[in-house]
Amino acid sequence: MNKLSFSIGGVHPDDCKISRNCSIEELPLPGVMHVSMAQHLGAPATPVVAVGDRVRTGQVIGEPAGFISAFVHSPASGTVKSIGPGKDLSGRMVTHIDIAVEGDEWAEGIDRSSTLVTEIPEDRTFILERIRANGVVGLGGATFPTHVKLNPAPGSKAECLIINGAECEPYLTSDFRVLVERTREVVVGATIMRRALGDCRTVIAVEENKPEAIMSLRAAMGELHMEGLEIAVLRKKYPQGGEKQLIDAVMHRQVKSGGLPISVGAVVQNVSTALAVYEAVQKNRPLISNVLTVTGDCLPVERQHNYLFRIGMPLSYIAEYAGGVPEGAAKIVSGGPMMGRAVSEMEASTVKGSSSLLYLSEKATRRAPESNCIRCGRCASACPMGLEPFLLVRLAKAGDAAGLEAASVQDCIECGCCLYSCPAAVPLLDHIRPAKGQVMGIIRARAAAAKAADDKK
Amino acid sequence: MNSIVLWTVVILSSLGLVLAVVLYLVARRFKVEEDPRIDRVEAVMPGANCGGCGYAGCRAFAEAAVKDTTLDGHYCPVGGTPVMKQVADILGYELKEQAPMIAVVRCNGSCEARPKVNEYDGAKSCRVVSALYAGETLCQYGCVGCGDCVSACPFGAISMDAGTGLPVVDERKCTACGSCVKACPKGVIELRAKGPRGMRVYVSCISRDKGAVARKACQSACIGCGKCRKVCAAEAIRIEDNLSYIDFTKCRLCKKCVAECPTGAIHAVNFPVLKKKEAEGE
Repeated sequence: MNKLSFSIGGVHPDDCKISRNCSIEELPLPGVMHVSMAQHLGAPATPVVAVGDRVRTGQVIGEPAGFISAFVHSPASGTVKSIGPGKDLSGRMVTHIDIAVEGDEWAEGIDRSSTLVTEIPEDRTFILERIRANGVVGLGGATFPTHVKLNPAPGSKAECLIINGAECEPYLTSDFRVLVERTREVVVGATIMRRALGDCRTVIAVEENKPEAIMSLRAAMGELHMEGLEIAVLRKKYPQGGEKQLIDAVMHRQVKSGGLPISVGAVVQNVSTALAVYEAVQKNRPLISNVLTVTGDCLPVERQHNYLFRIGMPLSYIAEYAGGVPEGAAKIVSGGPMMGRAVSEMEASTVKGSSSLLYLSEKATRRAPESNCIRCGRCASACPMGLEPFLLVRLAKAGDAAGLEAASVQDCIECGCCLYSCPAAVPLLDHIRPAKGQVMGIIRARAAAAKAADDKK
Repeated sequence: MNSIVLWTVVILSSLGLVLAVVLYLVARRFKVEEDPRIDRVEAVMPGANCGGCGYAGCRAFAEAAVKDTTLDGHYCPVGGTPVMKQVADILGYELKEQAPMIAVVRCNGSCEARPKVNEYDGAKSCRVVSALYAGETLCQYGCVGCGDCVSACPFGAISMDAGTGLPVVDERKCTACGSCVKACPKGVIELRAKGPRGMRVYVSCISRDKGAVARKACQSACIGCGKCRKVCAAEAIRIEDNLSYIDFTKCRLCKKCVAECPTGAIHAVNFPVLKKKEAEGE
């Protein structure tokens, strides 16, 4: 079979999928849920409950505060204990709602049965409304509100929907387990999104290191007779699951600098998002749970798990339930080892996009001492976006915002290939990330000023 | 042989002469009329080109000052009043006296007072750290300690104290150009009046956390209790977001607040040692 891949850059880290055979287990509810209002890209949600209110599982507790924002639902039933700032996993203050859990009484109108509903609603507006009302966001990492992505701006048309099952990050197996255990739901979810986009071509893309997932997808598609679905097998290469890389691999099209995937007719959604869409549309079930991998190189194999967690469970609770932090863990990461964020606050809670609790040993995580850049160009050949990381770092250190923009720092996807490939251990991405933020801010301010000037005319 | 040398000298000299005349004529023709005062002002400037005045360098400052009709808004923090007096003399403008300023580090979270709860392993840059996360301690406001201010200072006036992990400003070298203020991503450094004989009182903390949270993160944090405001006769202290701030334009340096502060967050520097203590010492 012809294995697809993106055309430039990329690295080949060991995939370390140690927890691939651990089936999904449901976590019991803790005493207190700590629900963040900033679980999605865009404006944080506004709390709509008050301290002392009784809430039921699945009830709306946060409403979107803008076009790019999403609903937040209560992950358990109980009493609202407090509303106020709490620390997220990087120690920053974000509005949280604390709920003292009393049982698990669900709000009305939610179908909790496990029967598979294969009939796809015809009405596109109904599908989008269900997805919006149930707070579905992209679970591939960026947590972009799904209903916005499935509703392209007038004038642009989706030609291909790509369901992203690449899971190219080492260690992570949550998407893989979803693909194996909830295959039929994923297939139906993909078909629902295909309907919402006007029955376009739909490709479920899976990396070659997940043959079980590919087999169960084939079986489910044969069983359900869903039209218009294809499977694409991708070569194992990081970052194969990057949005723009996936479009390149599957459609052989390149998204222009600063452009959105829809500009080349593509929409990319994660497999877990497909499952969330299935549950939101067919079962009217809000996005209050997701699958998370507890893994790491210093965690014994028998203690590795894939858990179905409810949003708002503190990381410390999950770590405790899984047997505590293992000996020899030097760094705890939420997300994969390439793009994930180090956890500096274990009391922080899980959010919709949480995908892992990763324990890395000193050996795996300690960076080599930095030496001088010798301009070997390995970072430039590893960059899947065709940038020159060594140049970007020099410009960032000099504070040259115009130069950074000319060198397209805004196209960086923060995949970490440059840092991974650097023989001098220069912390390239560390310097590029804030520079990208700065340039993006300048571009946004310029766009806003141009818009204001237009409005004046 | 001799003729070759002779011809070479003659041709090159005449070529030089002709080109010199051409250059002279061109220079006359395209001469840019410039206010001669710009050169004179630039000559008295310190020549550090630090940008502390808000212009790209000393020349840009001189141009701007000459173009304007007053000296309002034009001030060289490096040269201070003596230089500005010379500038005013050259231009014939009136000079408003400005109190000399100095960079003040408003964080007292030493390694001892503010224990680390995690270890940072990335690029050694305050800017990078603060873009990534809240920092190695529980205080998300205070000094990160990677020394962006040290490398930003054009006068070498800032150094990191290895014991406390905090930057130290050398009062003799600091010119209050403000480079460190711009470089600090946390806004820890502030330009404050230097004070008579360098005496000044300031709150050495910028944590906006609630008292209990701030105290848990750092023993010498300002907890916003308001005791200092109560004892201040000059009404120089205001409390906003759980943080006390002393307005240096109103402060009378009575030091009552220093004694009152329960966490020692208020610092008084360069005050002479009390006579009573000296007597005790003897």
